[in-house]
Amino acid sequence: MRAVSADEATSSWDLGMVPRPFRVRKNRRELNDVVTLELEPESGEPMAFEPGQFTMLYLHGIGEIPISISGDPSHEGVLVQTIRSVGAVSEGFCNLSEGDMVGVRGPFGRPWPVEKTDGKNLLIMAGGLGLAPVRPAVYWALQNMDRIKKLNILYGARTPDDALFPSQLLGWEAVDDVKVLLTVDRPVDDWYGRVGVVTDLIADLDIDPQETIAMVCGPDVMMNFTIQSLRAWGLDGENVYVSLERNMKCAIGWCGHCQMGPHIICHDGPVFSAPEVAELMSVWEL
Amino acid sequence: MEGTSKILPAERFDVLFEVLKKQGFDIWGVHEKDDALTLAPIDGPADLPRGRIDDTGPGKMRLIDGSRDAYFDHTLPMQGLKRLVYPPQDKVFETGEDYMFTEPPVDAKPIAVIGARSCDLVALETLADVLENGPYPDHRFAERRQALCLVAVNCTRAAKTCFCTSMNSGPRAESGYDLALTELFNSDGHRFLIEAGGERGQAVLDAMSVDEATDKDRHAANIISSTVAASMTRSIPDDARETLKSSYDHPQWSDIGERCMDCANCTLVCPTCFCSTIEDRSSLDGSIAERWRRWDSCFIRDFSYIHGGVVRKETASRYRQWMTHKLTHWHDQFGRSGCVGCGRCIAWCPVGIDITAEIRAISKTGEAVVEAGVS
Ligand SMILES: Cc1cc2nc3c(=O)[nH]c(=O)nc-3n(C[C@H](O)[C@H](O)[C@H](O)COP(=O)(O)OP(=O)(O)OC[C@H]3O[C@@H](n4cnc5c(N)ncnc54)[C@H](O)[C@@H]3O)c2cc1C
Ligand code: SF4
Ligand code: SF4
Repeated sequence: MRAVSADEATSSWDLGMVPRPFRVRKNRRELNDVVTLELEPESGEPMAFEPGQFTMLYLHGIGEIPISISGDPSHEGVLVQTIRSVGAVSEGFCNLSEGDMVGVRGPFGRPWPVEKTDGKNLLIMAGGLGLAPVRPAVYWALQNMDRIKKLNILYGARTPDDALFPSQLLGWEAVDDVKVLLTVDRPVDDWYGRVGVVTDLIADLDIDPQETIAMVCGPDVMMNFTIQSLRAWGLDGENVYVSLERNMKCAIGWCGHCQMGPHIICHDGPVFSAPEVAELMSVWEL
Repeated sequence: MEGTSKILPAERFDVLFEVLKKQGFDIWGVHEKDDALTLAPIDGPADLPRGRIDDTGPGKMRLIDGSRDAYFDHTLPMQGLKRLVYPPQDKVFETGEDYMFTEPPVDAKPIAVIGARSCDLVALETLADVLENGPYPDHRFAERRQALCLVAVNCTRAAKTCFCTSMNSGPRAESGYDLALTELFNSDGHRFLIEAGGERGQAVLDAMSVDEATDKDRHAANIISSTVAASMTRSIPDDARETLKSSYDHPQWSDIGERCMDCANCTLVCPTCFCSTIEDRSSLDGSIAERWRRWDSCFIRDFSYIHGGVVRKETASRYRQWMTHKLTHWHDQFGRSGCVGCGRCIAWCPVGIDITAEIRAISKTGEAVVEAGVS
């Protein structure tokens, strides 16, 4: 169980079940069914967060869902969240316009351990929408390139058109000591890049696994395979982190929905080291 | 817990009720209704199921006449104290379209519960560890709990489904009470030993004109508790916590899965089950939205739903979630057991699934109590 200090528990953002009003500043369409919302607190009080944390987003009378923060942690005044429309609530968020209001609770959860990357390589591996929850760690790394060795981003999408943040990926690739590799499951006619699963890209890395911290985010199966592949590559499990997803109704440890074995994912996670969860992830229907 | 102890003759039992009422408490206690014991508002000693005892077993609870005229020879009502501090449905906010959220006031009425048993007191502390002592204290729960005056009764008899001794949660109330009663029948007559467990209890005691208890009375109460403790036949084996950690694939889970009907009775009657869901509703014209928090159960299929599917599709994995949470992962999460040994889930399971027997089948240490199932 994660120990939480008294300060943390009584932060002014902690109102249990009651959200705070935010207003949509921008709704940018990323993909057919994915948008990125920029939200501003009505109170003007910025919501500080750490890379990997999430919020509970509430839409009047419709419902509330957990969504990772995908923005830059150094820009506190604006809350950036990337949402895929998969059901009633997420669809409602995707359809919002500038000036619309939403409710926000959070930020919640254990963040990516960015401090651990000091003097090391940071390896980001993401599948599909999994790039959104690791993007804050990428922003952090780009602002701290003097503290880390190299930043490697391996990203797998279904098709080239499903790749999230494509122009940003290109921009990051142009930065010194940053390498971005993209692969797709299903190519289209004018695709000259890689085809295959994201773990295939590990072979192309020219960094020392002993000197690397990996942050992995994607569907459960992808993360499971990636943990195994990274171990085979020579990366110690202690240095591999994943972000897990379970049903969450409260995000504050009251509702019981997000349990996985010993873990209450909303506050013990969603970020875990591989040894904390690898075995549990392979248990049937846990 | 140390405090003063007094003696109240049974024929003056109503004095306790009167003092509590005068101090502003509504009184709740165990009451016989529809052939079951229920926790309900009561007025005086006459509302208690005097002389009645509960005959329980897997999938079985019958009320029968006991052999003496005791107020408290029965054991537990169907419900624990949970619903008094954590109502089955609770409105947690309301908002207009302007997203100005307002939280309704907490209905924390002062309630005195007469007849709370040790296991239920421990269950209340167990719930408080989850809802009140965690990183995000639930103030609605905390305020309601503060408003309770708990008059414990030390059990004079164990039901066949009881196993609090094995969970270190009874049968004698050790903490968490304001007053504790032990019902004594001996050469000195039918009387209650009353012990105060704190200032609030002491204030009640001070307002009653009662005699000091003697060492003999306290000794008699101790004997009762140890006799009851020794009479329990069910237990959870000591290695349960460890065994379950390596038993995720045990064939017993699918065996249970064949019998369990996913009715969720066990989670409803369990005094420590805390899972909830959120219901966001809006008024017909859509202008006012409300959030309600409702009890939920891990036996419901959609409980683990995430986009793309349900995580625990089989009854077997849902039962496994429930039992491993109670006996293993609760220790990991909150540093104590999630089961207090009240036995309610055994008695109220329509098909008589018995947590103590199922864990024996998995841990293979010791023999389960073999008993006829549903009768
Ligand atoms: C920690 C965390 C971070 C997440 N980050 C993102 C993100 O950055 N972007 C994004 O698009 N999605 C994210 N998700 C998934 C997102 O929460 C679900 O897609 C969303 O809840 C679906 O709700 P719905 O009502 O639109 O869909 P439906 O499928 O109709 O869901 C109905 C209800 O089930 C529950 N539910 C369904 N799927 C999930 C789920 N995956 N997790 C939890 N509860 C669920 C919700 O209560 C939901 O309202 C995240 C989930 C978690 C747990
Ligand atoms: S699991 Fe069963 S015996 Fe244990 S506290 Fe809950 S209802 Fe009582
Ligand atoms: S174990 Fe019994 S009480 Fe619990 S859900 Fe299954 S059938 Fe219902």
